[in-house]
Amino acid sequence: MKVLVAVKRVVDYNVKVRVKADGTGVETANVKMSMNPFDEIGVEEAVRLKEAGKATEVIAVSLGAAQCQETIRTALAMGADRGIHVQTDGELQPLAVAKLLKAVVDKEQPQICILGKQAIDDDANQTGQMLAALLGSAQATFASKLVLNDNGTANVTREVDGGLETITVKLPFVLTTDLRLNEPRYASLPNIMKAKKKPIDTLTPEQLGVDIAPRLKTLKVTEPPKRQAGIKVKSVAELVDKLRNEAKVI
Amino acid sequence: MSILVIAEHDNAKLNAATLHAVTAAQKIGGELHVLVAGTNAGAVADEAAKIGGVAKVLLADDAAYGNRLAENLAKLLVGLAGNYSHILATATATGKNVLPRVAALLDVQQISEISAVESADTFVRPIYAGNALATVQSSDKVKVITVRATSFDAAPATGGSAAVEKAAVAGDAGLSSFVGQELAKSERPELTSARVVVSGGRGMQNGDNFKLLDALADKLNAAVGASRAAVDAGFVPNTYQVGQTGKIVAPELYIAVGISGAIQHLAGMKDSKVIVAINKDEDAPIFQVADYGLVADLFQAVPELTSAVSK
Repeated sequence: MKVLVAVKRVVDYNVKVRVKADGTGVETANVKMSMNPFDEIGVEEAVRLKEAGKATEVIAVSLGAAQCQETIRTALAMGADRGIHVQTDGELQPLAVAKLLKAVVDKEQPQICILGKQAIDDDANQTGQMLAALLGSAQATFASKLVLNDNGTANVTREVDGGLETITVKLPFVLTTDLRLNEPRYASLPNIMKAKKKPIDTLTPEQLGVDIAPRLKTLKVTEPPKRQAGIKVKSVAELVDKLRNEAKVI
Repeated sequence: MSILVIAEHDNAKLNAATLHAVTAAQKIGGELHVLVAGTNAGAVADEAAKIGGVAKVLLADDAAYGNRLAENLAKLLVGLAGNYSHILATATATGKNVLPRVAALLDVQQISEISAVESADTFVRPIYAGNALATVQSSDKVKVITVRATSFDAAPATGGSAAVEKAAVAGDAGLSSFVGQELAKSERPELTSARVVVSGGRGMQNGDNFKLLDALADKLNAAVGASRAAVDAGFVPNTYQVGQTGKIVAPELYIAVGISGAIQHLAGMKDSKVIVAINKDEDAPIFQVADYGLVADLFQAVPELTSAVSK
């Protein structure tokens, strides 16, 4: 059984981004980039399926500019077997990514596609659901536990607003990862070296026959309103006084 | 223009989260319809019919919808999408799960978690954990949108008298089924709508110590939240998590106890009206957003605070 994992190169989660003065976007030049944390969880889950003998091959896919190859190499170092880079320098919005992934899935026929629940740059939380729709497959989003059954189905526990819910989905399906699905491994140095020899194929949207033109036009990117600076209080008594008489919230 | 708002509910009662999407819809303008898709959900439809400003309620009642399975709901919505110019849902777990599937089936680019409406085709949404706001314009024929509840007031729950119409049901897609759920039970106000939230982080050290926050929350009639660290460590269930990928809250008062203030946590609470931080580390980033910061040992400060406030 093949498992396909999508991995996105994003601004590292520790970086506090700055909005460009000209309002066209966020400053990403010379900023640390990493694999989207939810995608790391996805790669980890796929590799565990292989280690458990449930998956035979893990394919890591990344879409975008040349540097995506670094992100694929990280997935390979974690245990993915080969990579696919869909190369494009244009802006990719979730619908286009889903269409490109569908084209890859049509070729590769994985039984499970694993995506992160959201990318921490655009915070869209759409691509997995869209891919499932285009494939006519079941979707299991915000997954905190995955159990494969023997009858071509899987039980997935999902984190929802009120707690946890468990659903059964037919294979092939699309899973999106939530924080507590697993704790991703650090790639060891030997595995990083081995990863350099694993193959990465490059494809283009034209070869896949997908129109990736963005549907949303970004008119501007601005900073959120700044909060006024606060103060330090010296005691609980002072805090209560401020909350009662100054802020008037208690 | 006509807008379809997808109601959030549990088949028995309408969830107030719906009222924020209604307000967003009203800012867009046009005739407003609400869809209630569920199982034996007639009472929810009757409640929805009373929301101020709603012209019509569509009730799609079938065994396929009661457990909110995305494949079934999306199939229904694609059939009903018809001439609607906009399809909206509040960005609850259900809204986030279902709407992108609908968008893809309609071949449109969804706009997630809008925080403002500029016009019928232009919206503002937070990106990079809310550290930037993007103003985006859609050229799609149908705009599929999820709404950040904390950015829009709740529409009045009464005052309307819409008609309830039966909608054609689309049946089970046969791809998934519901096994069960474990819901956290609480007598407290709901985290995403409470006036006051008391939240604990890694500094609480264990789940048992959250009793200190419960006592304070009792006095303040508050909801209790937590940072990702506290949930990951097993101190409290996932339902408590406030943050970029957890719950987004904007209460009148947010008290962050033993929370360092990572970017991802701030994303979930920085729109709170008043922020209080209690932390023994004076360099904790949380103090940069706190209106009132108390550098103290929470194990002394919280009980002291609990005694000092009156119910």
